[in-house]
Amino acid sequence: MTITGIAAIGAGLAAIGAGMGIGRIGGSAMDAMARQPEIQGKIQTSALILAAFVEAVALFGVVAALIVK
Amino acid sequence: MTFYTFKRVAFTLLFLSVFSFSFASNSKDSDSEKEFDAKEMIMHHVKDAYGMHLFDYNGHSYSIPLPIILYTDKGLTTFMSSEFHHDYNGEVIVEKNGQRFVNIHEKIYKLNDGETAVTYDAEHHPTNAERPWDFSITRNVFMMWVSVVVLLLIFLTAARRYKKSGDYVPKGIASFVEPLVVFVRDEIAKPMIGEHKYKRFMPYLLTVFFFIWINNIFGLIPFFNGANLSGNIAFTFALALCTFLITTFSGNKNYWKHIFWMPGVPVPMKIFLMPIEIVGMFVKPISLMIRLFANITAGHIIILALMSLIFIFQTIAVAPVSVGFALFIGIIEIVVTAIQAYIFTVLSALYFGMAVEDAH
Amino acid sequence: MELIKPGFGLVFWSLVTFAILLFILRKFAWKPILGAVEDREEGIRTALASAESARKEMENLKADNERILQEARNEREAMLKDARDMKNKIISDAKEEAQTQASKMIEQAQAAIESEKKAAMAELKSHVAGLSIDIAEKVVREELSNKDKQLKLVENMLGEATLN
Repeated sequence: MTITGIAAIGAGLAAIGAGMGIGRIGGSAMDAMARQPEIQGKIQTSALILAAFVEAVALFGVVAALIVK
Repeated sequence: MTFYTFKRVAFTLLFLSVFSFSFASNSKDSDSEKEFDAKEMIMHHVKDAYGMHLFDYNGHSYSIPLPIILYTDKGLTTFMSSEFHHDYNGEVIVEKNGQRFVNIHEKIYKLNDGETAVTYDAEHHPTNAERPWDFSITRNVFMMWVSVVVLLLIFLTAARRYKKSGDYVPKGIASFVEPLVVFVRDEIAKPMIGEHKYKRFMPYLLTVFFFIWINNIFGLIPFFNGANLSGNIAFTFALALCTFLITTFSGNKNYWKHIFWMPGVPVPMKIFLMPIEIVGMFVKPISLMIRLFANITAGHIIILALMSLIFIFQTIAVAPVSVGFALFIGIIEIVVTAIQAYIFTVLSALYFGMAVEDAH
Repeated sequence: MELIKPGFGLVFWSLVTFAILLFILRKFAWKPILGAVEDREEGIRTALASAESARKEMENLKADNERILQEARNEREAMLKDARDMKNKIISDAKEEAQTQASKMIEQAQAAIESEKKAAMAELKSHVAGLSIDIAEKVVREELSNKDKQLKLVENMLGEATLN
């Protein structure tokens, strides 16, 4: 297997991790919104920001994969 | 209201995008008999280029030539991109100022003195040429200026509306702009920076929000040949650099204290946290840069890859599936244009807020 | 690798363009737009505040009126009460006065009656005594002359006495 292939697998693993993370954020945000619809806006904002942070980690993985290519 | 406007724009964009992408791929396939290379096509689209390529007709490429500005040890050299005759394989050599230039995969190289043809090493890197300082007006720079013109048109018109109507009631384009401006102020700046200090950062946040958003949208409009400006790391690097500089220079004593000598934790922990915080200082803008770049580029790549399926399988039967998926991704991309602009602005505001936060 | 290497030219142009855009928009777009929005919000806020203060003032006025009215009512009540008290007092005083006057008069009258009675009794006594002596004198005189006359005289006298 070439280094590119390994890098691609690495990027895929990072994507799995981030997917799980964002899924958890989304699920919890939905729960929280259902419980307290009156602060929906606040929850949405923080959920988006947190998702962005988690996503960044996956993107670092992708960038690392791009670098070794 | 914003949502419905959004929807209308979205459908127009999608309609155009589906057509143009397939068209672009089609022409590429027909004018060269060699096997269709999806990766090459996608990369060519995603990256920057000299000249705005419009369409191919009868094996002829038509494009808007853009100026190429190079700075070498012999000073500035300028010529139009049309002098390469659509060649990006390093075959056409342009001679200016006694220097020879070639275009290899949309990067201009200067041949070393005396050389007349490019030679490559095993990894297809040129061995007898080097890159000059390149200030060319590439298609991304061109599109950036187009977007600036559009932004100025929108906002200066809106601002004039306010001056005209004495009673400050938003009308016309101002009624479209105002909710967005108020959104940036009330949902981004105020909660992230704080009620008393947000005013100083408002111009930057507003400008960055609309600049990113409009360029994201322009990236999806296929008539502009999908110029991928906000999906170009150079552009996101420039914006992230601005955020980093503003954060650093507006940081107060409390901010620096949190980086170098974290209050409220034991001394060994302080020493341990210091390098982490220093790295974090740089990671924050870097993550901003990568996030915007990767999100926008990924969207472009996915749409193009779905379209490429038709040409990889070489059957029209795949077309409905490809178009359907591309449409679906396209709709998501429309949302992503706004979300990424929002995220970039929100995180910038968050970093500014950290920098100016008072000790508590 | 190619994808994530920032091209120098684009970074340069991005920074220049962004700086110019920021400058122009800040001066000619954000300032008027944000200014207008803030002015309007300020206007709304002051309008609301003045409405609120006017409402409060109204309420104060109303409360004042209410208070004054209440005071007036109380005063009237007090005055009425005073008047009633005074009336009662006057009536009871007058009654008492009358009572004492009356009892005094009655006493005086009784005293007068008593003295009159005593005087009358005394006179009567003296009168009776004189009469008895007269009768006794006449009887003694008559006894000596005529028996019949004697009797007749006594009878007359008795008749006189009864008349008296």
